[in-house]
Amino acid sequence: MRYAQKSWRTFRTALKALLRNPMRAMLTTLGIVIGVAAVIAMMEIGAGSSASIQKTIAKMGANVLDVRPGAAASGGVTFGSGSTTTLTPEDADAIMRECSAVRAVAPLVHTRAQVVYGNRNWVPTFIYGSTPSYLDVQNWTIGSGVSLTNRDVANGNKVCLLGETLVRELFQGENPLGKEIRIKNISFRVVGVLGRKGANMMGMDQDDVIIAPWTTIKYRVTGATLSDANQSASSSSSSSVNTLSNLYPSDQPSLYPERSDVQAADNPMPVRFTNIDHILVSARSAGQIPAAIDQITKVLRERHRIRPGEADDFSIRDMAQMTEALTSTTTQMTNLLLAVAMISLVVGGVGIMNIMLVSVTERTREIGLRMAVGARAKDILQQFLVEAVVLCLVGGSLGIGLGHGGSLLVRMLLRWPVETSPAAIAAAVIVSASVGMIFGFYPAWKASRLDPIEALRYE
Amino acid sequence: MDKIIEIQDIHKTYRMGDIAVPVLKGISLFVGRGEMVALMGSSGSGKSTLMNILGCLDRPTSGVYKLDGELMSNLSADQRAMVRNRKLGFVFQSFNLLPRTSALDNVAMPLTYTAGHLSEKEARRRAAEMLARVGLGERLDHEPSQLSGGQQQRVAIARALINQPPLILADEPTGNLDSRTSEEVLAMFQTLHQQEGITIIMVTHDPQVARHAQRVIYIHDGLIVDRLPGQDDNQAEVRP
Ligand SMILES: Nc1ncnc2c1ncn2[C@@H]1O[C@H](COP(=O)(O)OP(=O)(O)O)[C@@H](O)[C@H]1O
Ligand SMILES: [Mg+2]
Repeated sequence: MRYAQKSWRTFRTALKALLRNPMRAMLTTLGIVIGVAAVIAMMEIGAGSSASIQKTIAKMGANVLDVRPGAAASGGVTFGSGSTTTLTPEDADAIMRECSAVRAVAPLVHTRAQVVYGNRNWVPTFIYGSTPSYLDVQNWTIGSGVSLTNRDVANGNKVCLLGETLVRELFQGENPLGKEIRIKNISFRVVGVLGRKGANMMGMDQDDVIIAPWTTIKYRVTGATLSDANQSASSSSSSSVNTLSNLYPSDQPSLYPERSDVQAADNPMPVRFTNIDHILVSARSAGQIPAAIDQITKVLRERHRIRPGEADDFSIRDMAQMTEALTSTTTQMTNLLLAVAMISLVVGGVGIMNIMLVSVTERTREIGLRMAVGARAKDILQQFLVEAVVLCLVGGSLGIGLGHGGSLLVRMLLRWPVETSPAAIAAAVIVSASVGMIFGFYPAWKASRLDPIEALRYE
Repeated sequence: MDKIIEIQDIHKTYRMGDIAVPVLKGISLFVGRGEMVALMGSSGSGKSTLMNILGCLDRPTSGVYKLDGELMSNLSADQRAMVRNRKLGFVFQSFNLLPRTSALDNVAMPLTYTAGHLSEKEARRRAAEMLARVGLGERLDHEPSQLSGGQQQRVAIARALINQPPLILADEPTGNLDSRTSEEVLAMFQTLHQQEGITIIMVTHDPQVARHAQRVIYIHDGLIVDRLPGQDDNQAEVRP
C-alpha cells in the first residue's frame, strides 16, 4: 500500500516535471513515436502477409507433390538417354496403384494458345490437359455444369472446363455452358465452369485457365509433340511421327500410310510412350508427404529402369518446400524492416538521452534543492529514470496508435493483408520502457552524483 | 540549557589543486533549543561554509558536530539526507522554488522524501495549512512567477516548515528583498521562534536584520570573534 503510494507519487512527480515543458517533451519523444510506429506497422503488415501466404497454401492444397521429367527442369525438352523414358500417363497410373500414401494422381500437359469464342479471343495463362482427378488433387470444385469424365479422357472428347476469368473475358455475361469455343481451330464444348480460386502464391491468376482431357490437348491441340514450351516447336512437329495417332486420331494429316494390324503384329515397332509434362500427386495428408515421395521415387525408378547409383530422370517438388521458402522470404523481409525500425528506436533513445542531459543541467538547482530537503542519491536517480521511462511510454503509446493507424491505412488504400499483433504491442511497450531505462540511466546517474552545495549555487 | 547544536573546533579546508585553502579555522559554538541566532561577518568570511556544515550538506575537514545530541560527523550521505528531511528546514537567499509549479506543490515537495509516506490528500492538506500559516492561504495554486519576492520567500519558509523541524537555517533570507518585505519575513521568523519555539539560525550582512535575533555571532576570516573590525560596542555579542 505504502509502496503503491510512493510509486504513484514518483510517477506524478515525473509527469508534472515533464508537463512543465510539454512542447519539449513531445519533440523529445518523437523519435520513440516514429520508431514504435514503424515497428508496429512492420509487425502487423508482416503478420498479415504471412497469414495470407498460409491461407493461399491451404487453398492450393499443401499436400500436392509435383513430379516432373528430370530434363524439363533445365528448360529443354529431351527424351533422356538410352532406354530411359520421361513421365508417361502409365507412370501416373502406377503411382496411383502402388503408392499407399497417395490419395489422388493427375497427369498434366499444358500449352499456350489463343482461345476464340464468337468474335472474341483471349490467351489464357494456362491450358491444362488432365483427368477428372485433377480437380481432386487441386482441391478445386465445379462452380456450375459438370466435370470431365474418364470417358472424355479415354475418347479424347473435345470438352473443357473454364476458369472464371475466361468466362468473364470470352462470354461477358453469357452463359458459357454448352457453348463451343475454339482452341487452334478445334472446337471444344464447355461442360463446366470452375469455382473461383484467385491468385496463386506467385500472384498469377489461377482462374485464367482451361482444363480439358489431356488426350485431347495432347493429340488434337499440340499434336504429337512433347513440347509445349514454344509454339513453333509444336507447329513444326505437327508433321512428326506419332505411333499413337491411331489410337487418338489427330487432325494433322499423317505423313506415312497407316500400318495395318497385321503389319503391326508382324513387325512390332518399339512403342514410343507418350510423354506428359507433370504428374500431380496429392498425398493423404501433410504428414504423409515424405512417405509419398519415397514411394513415388521407388516406383518411378523401377519403371524407368534406373540402376542403383544412377541419378533420377525425374524430380519431385514438394509444395511445402516452396511455401516454406516463400514464408521464410516474407519473414526475412519483415525482420529486415524490423531491424531498421529498431535502429530508429535507438536513434530515438539517443534523442531522449540528449534532452535528459540538457534537462539535468537546466535543473541543477532543483536537484540541489531536492537533495537539501532530504532526497537521497537514489531518489534523484529514480526520479530522472522514471521521467525518461514515462516519456518513452507516452511516446510508445502514441507510436502504437500511429503504427496501427498506418497499417489500417495500408490495408484500406493498398489492400494489403494486415493482422493486428498483440505480441507486437506488448513488445513495443517493453522496448520503449527499456529504451527509457537504458538511455535515461546515464543522465539520471549524472543527476544523482551532483553535490548539493554546488548544485544549489549553480547559475 | 538544552543545546540543539554543539560544534567543537570545526575546520574546513578546500583543496584547489595543490593549494589548501583554509576557510574555517577552528570554530566552536553552541546554540540552545529555541534560540534565534544571527550570524554576521564580511563576505567570504566563511558563513555559508559553516551553515552548510550545520545543515549537514557538507562535512567538516575536522572537528565534532552534534545536532540534537547526535554525532553528525560519521553519518553516511543517505543518513544525512534523512536528517535534513526530518530535522532541518532551509531558507535560501534566492528562494529556490520549483518554476512552473504551484505554491502547494512546492511546499509539499519535501514530503516526497519522508519515510512514513502520507497520502496525497494528507500531504496537500498539510501543505495548505503551512501556506495559511505564512499568510498565503489564498494563493495555493499560484506559481512562483505569479508571486512577489516576499511571497516567494514565505512559500520557501512554509516548505522549510512542512516536516515540523526543530531547526531552521536561513542563509541571507532577506538578501534579495527590499526593506519592507524583509521586515515581513523577519516578523515571520520571530513569530515561529516565539510561538513555536523553533530554533532559527540566520546569516545576514545587515545589522538591522541582526537586531531581530536574541544573539549575534560574528565570524571573521574563519574564526569567531567578539566584534567585527570597526564595530561599536553596543552591538557586541551577548553570550547567554
Ligand atoms: N567549493 C569551494 N572551493 C573552494 N573554495 C571555496 C569553496 N566554497 C567556498 N570557498 C571559499 O571559501 C570562502 C568562504 O566562502 P563562504 O562561506 O561562501 O563565504 P560567505 O561568508 O560570504 O558566505 C570564500 O573565500 C570562498 O571562495
Ligand atoms: Mg554566503
